[in-house]
Parts: sequence; C-alpha cells; structure tokens
Amino acid sequence: MSSADVVEVDARGLRCPIPVIRLGAAIKDLRTGSLVRLLATDPAARSDVAAFCRLRGHELVETVDEPEHTAYLVRRGS
Amino acid sequence: MTAVTEAPGSPGVRGVRVLLDGASAPIVPAAREVLLAALDAGWADPRRLYAEGRQARRLLDDAREAVAAGLGVRPPEVSFLPGGPVALSAAVEGIRYASRRRGTRTVAAAVEHSAVLVPGRAVAATADDATLLDEVPVDAVGRVRLDSWTRALAVPGTVVAALQSANGEVGTRQPLDAAWEACRAHGIPLVVDAQAGLGRDPVPEAYDVLVGDARSWGGPAGVGVLVVPERTRWRRPGAGSEAEFGRTDAEPVVPLVLAAAEAWLATATEGPDESRRAWELVDEVRSAASEVPDTVVVGDPVDRLPHVVTFSCLFVDGEALVHELDRRGFAVASGSACTASTLESSHVLAAMGVLTHGNVRVTLPLAGSLPGGAAERAAGVHAFCAALGDAVEAVRSRLGTDRL
Repeated sequence: MSSADVVEVDARGLRCPIPVIRLGAAIKDLRTGSLVRLLATDPAARSDVAAFCRLRGHELVETVDEPEHTAYLVRRGS
Repeated sequence: MTAVTEAPGSPGVRGVRVLLDGASAPIVPAAREVLLAALDAGWADPRRLYAEGRQARRLLDDAREAVAAGLGVRPPEVSFLPGGPVALSAAVEGIRYASRRRGTRTVAAAVEHSAVLVPGRAVAATADDATLLDEVPVDAVGRVRLDSWTRALAVPGTVVAALQSANGEVGTRQPLDAAWEACRAHGIPLVVDAQAGLGRDPVPEAYDVLVGDARSWGGPAGVGVLVVPERTRWRRPGAGSEAEFGRTDAEPVVPLVLAAAEAWLATATEGPDESRRAWELVDEVRSAASEVPDTVVVGDPVDRLPHVVTFSCLFVDGEALVHELDRRGFAVASGSACTASTLESSHVLAAMGVLTHGNVRVTLPLAGSLPGGAAERAAGVHAFCAALGDAVEAVRSRLGTDRL
C-alpha cells in the first residue's frame, strides 16, 4: 500500500484531548479498513489513542517514535 | 488581607454544594473542636520544661498513644511529620540510607505517589544510572504485576521497595501480602503507603515501614504519620535532630496532631458500617458512569477502596468537565492534564494504559465530616449520578465532539 492511501492527521504541538478528537473526526467518514496516521507530540496520546481504538473497535496497527513526535497508524474498524 | 467567607462555587441541587473530593475534605466535627481547644491548651513547645510545655508534651504523648493503638504499634514507633507525602519520601530515603553499603536501588510500582517516584528518579539521574529506580508495571486495573515485582527485587543493589496499600486515584488495592513475601525472600524492606486507605480500609499488617496521612481518616491537612517498627533498619541521613525520635527536623504542630488523633478515634468507631455505605455509593457511581456513552470506569470494581472511583470520557476536556460539574454544584477532582498543578496528565492513568483525558475522580468524604451525615452524602451521590450524563453531553456539545 502506498502512503497516498493513508490519511494523515497532524496534531503536533496540540494537547490531549485535541489529538484524539482530530483522529476521531478524520476516521469518522472513512470506509472500514482505511488507514489514518496521527502525528502527535503530547505524551498523553500514547495511552489515549490506544484507549480510543479499544472503545471504538479500531486497530492500532503501529506506534512509531520519531525524534520529534510519535506516529500512530490506525485502521478503521467496522 | 482577604476575608474568609463562605465556600465559593455554585449551589447544586437543594441549594447545597456536593463535595465529591474527599481527598481534601473538611475535618470531622469532633476533631475540629479538639483543634480549637488545643490552640488554647496545647500551644506551648513540648520541649519546654515549664508547666505549659509539659502540658503540651502530655497532650502530644496521649495523641501518639491513641494513633499507635489504632495502628497496632508501640508509641515510639510512630512519628508525626508535616504531611503524608513528606513522611513517604522520608520512609523510603531512611531505608535507602540505612542500606547504602549494599546499594541504592529502589523498586516501586509505576502508580506510586510522586513522593516516591520523583526523589527516586532524582537519585537515578544524579548517579546517571536509570536502573536505580525500577518502576514496576501494573495491569489495566492498576494492580502491580507480581512477576515483574519479584524479578525487580532480585536485581543486585536493590535495597528498598515501595507499594501503596491501595491507589488513591483509582481505588485498586495492591496484593500486599504477596508483595511483602517477595520482599522478605530477598531481604528487602517494604514501605507501604497507606495514605489513601487509613480510616477507610483495614490497617495494613504486611510492611516494614508504614506511611499515612491524617486527611484520609477525617483529620486536618499537615499531619503525616511515619511508622518505623523497632525491627526495621531505618536511618535518617544528615546531621539529624531529636524531633519525633530523630525521624524529622520539624517539630509537630501539637494542636494539629491532637485533632488528627481525635479524628482517628471518631472515624474508628464508624468502621465497617461507614465503609459498607461508601462501597454501595461508589457502586452506584460506577454504574451511572458506565452508562454514559464512550465512558470507561477504571480500576478494580471489587478489590478496591470503599470510597474512590475514577472514570474517563472520550472526546472530553477534563478541565471543562470539572468546571461544568462545578457549575452544577459538584466538586470533583481530575487526573487529566491541565486540571492538576502540573500540565502532565496522571501518571497512574498512563501506567494503566487507560484514557487520560476527560477524567473525573470521585473520592467520597467520610459521612461524619458532612453536616447532614450519611443522608447528605447519599443524596449528593444520587444527584451526581442523575446529572452526570447531561454534564458530559454539554461539554461534548460545546467542543463539537458530540457527533464523532
């Protein structure tokens, strides 16, 4: 899959709950199986993104720590 | 100077405020009376040899005996320090110092009070050795993982372990007996932090040093209790003073200690009945919160403190929710970022891997600390449960997250 198929949400510099709200807004109208990559700097996003996925039945595919931010790849559930 | 007037905030149902942050509740009436009387009778320095000083000494000794009896220890094993967190830091530091020839490594659950974790990280940072503080992971309800705990104790150079009897943010009790057994197998003393549970839960017996705070049993702020049994190797670093059997530099404030002891006696007589009532009310809050959409109630539902419950609401700003509830008459705490004194969200919620935003923490005050007693407390909880869904909905609607 090319990176063009991934919706990117840039929430760097924003504090929770804003990154999760942006993620929720981006994933809302996507089809099942679609991917969203959230970029965030707030450390609280680590537990909050995972908790959001559990609550809504999405899959947290991977969490990648970059030097200046963390990237969360989420697959939309049905 | 600002005049002290009535408590601020909006009146809630029936025109009264509903206090649901019992971690900093008003002291129980009997303790308040003793405090006022003690300002007259116990003002003197208990180290002085004249009559007033001797009287203050007698009162302090009586208070120590009452607290020691309640905790099942001998009076010289009990020291009063200026607050639970101060006592907790001292508890850990004293064991670390007494064992310094064997090492300086500390083992603590990741959900411990910052009075354990912050000094522990400082020791590790100073030595440039991150392994000197082992923050042992917890499971999703906040209970320490015993296999990791036991492995951590086996690491050479470990000299002290710290564990709460129960967590004051989420209520989950820790497996003290098993944790202590593992400590003893490795010859490592265990500091038990009972700041959230004394007066609410049975007094722990599995410990080498015990720490409490008078606020948990309806006493005043500013009184921490440090219990160092004779068998425990504990030594205070530094020049040392004679205060409180050499366990602190700060002489206790006698009237505060007397009030703390009186509160203990008043709360101890309530005992299991108070706990049972609180337990049922917390169950009511847990069930009301779990009915709010996209809301998770965290912590162990059964093996928990009787009076504490925490939940988190998705897509909600914790600060906004605290203000919304305050406007409706309810005083609650929160572990979300921006609601505490720091901008960090609760390390307890993060360690559990649960939602850290939109968090509300309910700590029921002792029924005896409210003018209307158990009936007032129950009515307040019923009203809170009835208002919660609306309050969350109002915040989500303002944030535009109600349709996400």
